[in-house]
Amino acid sequence: MYWEQEKECLPRPQLEKLQLERLKNTLARVGTTVPFYRNTFSKLKIGAGKVKSLDDLRRLPFTTKQDLRDNYPYGLFAIPLRDVVRIHSSSGTTGMATVVGYSRNDIINWSNLVARILCGAGVTADDMIQIAFGYGLFTGGFGLHYGAERLGASVIPISAGNTKRQIQIMQDFKTTALVCTPSYALKMADVMMDMGINPNGLSLRFGLFGAEPWSEAMRTEIDARLGIRASDNYGLSEIMGPGVAGECQECNGLHVNEDHFLIEVLDPDNLEPVAPGEVGELVITTLTKEAFPVIRYRTRDLTRLLPEPCPCGRTFVRIHRMMGRSDDMLIIKGVNVFPTQIEAILFEIEGTEPHYRLIVERENNEDKLTVMVEVVESIFFDAMKKQRAFMDMIKKKMASELGIGVNVKLVEERTLDRFDGKGDRVIDKRQL
Amino acid sequence: MLVEQIAVFLENKSGRLAEITAILAENDTNIRALSVADTADFGILRLIVNDVEKARTILQEAGFTVGKTNVLAVEVVDKTGGLATVLKSLHNAGINVEYMYAFVNKSGGNAVLIFRFEKMDEAIDVLQKDGFTLLSGEQVCAL
Repeated sequence: MYWEQEKECLPRPQLEKLQLERLKNTLARVGTTVPFYRNTFSKLKIGAGKVKSLDDLRRLPFTTKQDLRDNYPYGLFAIPLRDVVRIHSSSGTTGMATVVGYSRNDIINWSNLVARILCGAGVTADDMIQIAFGYGLFTGGFGLHYGAERLGASVIPISAGNTKRQIQIMQDFKTTALVCTPSYALKMADVMMDMGINPNGLSLRFGLFGAEPWSEAMRTEIDARLGIRASDNYGLSEIMGPGVAGECQECNGLHVNEDHFLIEVLDPDNLEPVAPGEVGELVITTLTKEAFPVIRYRTRDLTRLLPEPCPCGRTFVRIHRMMGRSDDMLIIKGVNVFPTQIEAILFEIEGTEPHYRLIVERENNEDKLTVMVEVVESIFFDAMKKQRAFMDMIKKKMASELGIGVNVKLVEERTLDRFDGKGDRVIDKRQL
Repeated sequence: MLVEQIAVFLENKSGRLAEITAILAENDTNIRALSVADTADFGILRLIVNDVEKARTILQEAGFTVGKTNVLAVEVVDKTGGLATVLKSLHNAGINVEYMYAFVNKSGGNAVLIFRFEKMDEAIDVLQKDGFTLLSGEQVCAL
């Protein structure tokens, strides 16, 4: 099933010609309207005019999350704000948050690309889609919503949370397709069991999952427990949100919407291309974005190309489901969390370099983040009430900064091992 | 009128209290009174010792997080209702107790109540006005 067959099955030579044309177009635009790119291009003496082939992409500068933060909020926008019709943002306060914008055309393209993903997974205009991603600054909810409407399906914009109500609505409204994180799908299966609801009695047929890493074992479990076909899709707000790539019904890798995104898989250390099929960091250049185009964005997501043609007939290259990160970012309940955010909060509270450890676990298909904090004199109280109020204050600050609830465990001084690398401060016990 | 108390943060791990008391004993520090407030994960040990600064330093050197707070020591006759009269006087004045603990001084036949209040100054005024005996740190340790 295709949403735009002629595009999704475009012969590679034609696709590459289109990509080059769109790349040059994008470079010409950002090179004039975005100071960040104008400056780096002129420093590197590169520009749209000097790009003759797609291989020339490698001469272009990278864009990192830090660049996005440095240009908070609107520094990287390529069009005037009056032409921006939508803003999305990552969680975090100033200095940590990233802000992205969309023009009217961007929203149209975005909706269309998400419709492709939905259609590729088997969803049609006859389906009833329950979107259990959060609606708000996070791109997941609205991204899938607009795509599902574009497809012509019926949308239940239930948003995240309240699992029992999700299941009640799924039953009453005869939901046929579920959109959420894979771990939440398993959580729903657990709650259905508690509620005495047999998933086989529901109308559910499809599950479109994303926003967090998962595994083939989880897919098998979701398929079996919910009696559905679970498919993976991928996106990130810095690029667009959902709709960057998604699985077709072969369920064997995610087709990248290559007419809108140019991808590279690079060695995260030397930033050279890895051998085809080897694992590396996914780097994406947008080809049609108007409000927020990015050149060679380092996603920090690790994947590998699946270069063999797909039996489904799409010519778009497939990437393996995300295999990890090349930085220390954690994805907890579908929310991106950087240890540095937690460190900054603790530093603010303690007034000194905090010693902490992050423990990530998955209990009953739900992620749990525990922050272990060494108690120094400045945060130690002789009255239990004050010590507990202090813990609650940390929890509240973390929840509002990170967008997820955390547990706080106070430990004695000098009991956490001292490490140099930040990655060592995280113990991820999740088995996917 | 104020008595210095040290507080030590403890994780709920077996042997921690034994360790602290051993360290104090090795350094000839005598514990006059103690109390532990605990939750499932951690506890707060409060101690009145004969040498506050020394105890604080040796425990810090041993890796413990140690805080120092002022508390009040109220001496009452060791008989039925001794504590009740003190608490009634505080209650009438609208003073809340943050925490308290007590020990009995066998030789003198008196009991000593250790109090921590949010409003220490007001508590002192009330207790003195109502005629209770407040002990100094030296007096507590001399008992």
